[in-house]
Amino acid sequence: MSISEADVRHVAILARLALSDEQVSRLKEEMNSILGHMDQMQSLDLEGVEPTSHSIPLRNATRPDVVKPGLSRDLALMNAPQAENGAFVIPRIVGVEEGA
Amino acid sequence: MSFDVSTLSARAIRDGIAARTFSAAEVVDATYARIDAVEGAVHAFNELTPELAREAAGRIDAMVAAGEPLPPLAGVPTGFKDNMNLVGTHTTCSSKILEGFKSPYDCTAVRRLLNAGALPIGKCNMDEFAFGSSTENSAFGPTHNPWDLERVPGGSSGGSAASVSAGMVAVSLGSDTGGSIRQPGALTGTVAMKPTYGRVSRYGVVAFASSLDQIGPFARSVEDAALVLNAISGHDDMDATSVREPVPDFTATLGDGVKGLRIGVVRDMLELEGCAAEVRSATEASVKLLEGLCAEVGDVDLPMSQHGLAAYYIIGPAEASSNLARFDGIRYGHRVAEPSDVLDLYMRSRAEGFGPESIRRIMLGTYALSAGYYDAYYGTAQKTRTLITREFEAAFERFDVLITPTSPTVAFKIGERAEDPLAMYLSDVYTIPLNLAGLPGVSIPCAKCGTSGLPIGVQVIGKHFDEATMLQVAAALEGALALDMTPPAFPLHRRSS
Repeated sequence: MSISEADVRHVAILARLALSDEQVSRLKEEMNSILGHMDQMQSLDLEGVEPTSHSIPLRNATRPDVVKPGLSRDLALMNAPQAENGAFVIPRIVGVEEGA
Repeated sequence: MSFDVSTLSARAIRDGIAARTFSAAEVVDATYARIDAVEGAVHAFNELTPELAREAAGRIDAMVAAGEPLPPLAGVPTGFKDNMNLVGTHTTCSSKILEGFKSPYDCTAVRRLLNAGALPIGKCNMDEFAFGSSTENSAFGPTHNPWDLERVPGGSSGGSAASVSAGMVAVSLGSDTGGSIRQPGALTGTVAMKPTYGRVSRYGVVAFASSLDQIGPFARSVEDAALVLNAISGHDDMDATSVREPVPDFTATLGDGVKGLRIGVVRDMLELEGCAAEVRSATEASVKLLEGLCAEVGDVDLPMSQHGLAAYYIIGPAEASSNLARFDGIRYGHRVAEPSDVLDLYMRSRAEGFGPESIRRIMLGTYALSAGYYDAYYGTAQKTRTLITREFEAAFERFDVLITPTSPTVAFKIGERAEDPLAMYLSDVYTIPLNLAGLPGVSIPCAKCGTSGLPIGVQVIGKHFDEATMLQVAAALEGALALDMTPPAFPLHRRSS
């Protein structure tokens, strides 16, 4: 599988990264080289092998469903780049076109 | 009272305070004096926390004055990797995107170590978000190896390793996703261990790859590493993947020797192309020593583990790309000025905040998880992971512990591998399979390279939740080797007397 610059640009949008043209062309080379190396796994016979997502046998971890104190609002907002009236401030998302 | 804090073990520091030979406050003063002398050359720390250390020392000295029994790590100077939250400190992961981030709560492992009496000395430098094997990928500049300042200390927990190696702290915590504790341990001549996955809570450590990450200690002796493991192990309600396995006293069996223990030398890993001759011969010499102590030694091959690197560089970036989605410039972290809309805010804040290796891993992971490629990459890697785990299970039917080198080479020069991501990734070829299988591993110094004098590490691998046997073997080897792992650049006997 070979990765094109268009693929890199598509993945960059999925990953929410604004990349320069130079970064795109460099990442194309690097991703092809690195993933090319990873293709060695394709030589393994994996027919019927179950995937591992967790290395330790673990049953459902449950706990009593009781209310406990969590992070306070002040602490949650402590590192916010912009906060106001006890809330995070973000750019307007809806109604921009209408100017409403 | 004159004492050299840079050479004392954790146990000796605690016992010295208990015997009133010196006070915890004096330990703090001596520690920061040592840091003043060597930190400028090493750059192991992102932040020093003398106020927190003095507060903690005050509590220990009050206990001594009141005649109360001291906890096991009372007054022990400790460093914490800068991806672990501790209230009163910043947690930056050595990234511009988290510059200035204030810890809102405590990481469980850090809190447990402080509850055991440890003194918080500072937050240690690392590769950004733990992506790397050299601590060069830090937004705040590289850490230098105390053995040769032109060389890397390994990574990603390079600051934690260098701070212990250079005698600035007695012990430290790092995190290990593919070797990020053990490889820098080998390159700096320190004892460095990754516990079994689930042994130590991950609550409060900034996540890299959640199915692989584990917190563990650096120390200058196996006993000190065991003391730290005692303090940080055990179930935590805040991490559902931390297990309810009983936690033994890991120091209790350190002196039991290796007589009759079955030790497997992973032959095909030892003979891997790219493993330096001196690393191979040092590993063989360690095995001979263990044989001399009446261990039963045999060979085993782990051919599937050679695919570990490939599986890891799919699974690690895939999980990292998900975990790092949280850095969006909204709730914390870097935000661009004047974004045109919310998408522009996300995309430019992230591109400006993340360094090149973080961007590379996020891109690899996002690609591997994207529609059409998921089965070919992530699915294949997870199945490969199963085969690697099975192969270890079979080996552990024949052996109690396994032995490999920790790193294929000694410490390399700063800049040497910076432009070649694949060469850098190969640094972790011996350590990665353990993370994939969830197994514990410890690196201990086993030799100094004949030509360069740089430290070489050997890795002892244990069964799941059997860190005790693994540490028992490491302690026996440490005793038989009796190496002085003081970096030559830092002469220790500076007493005027």
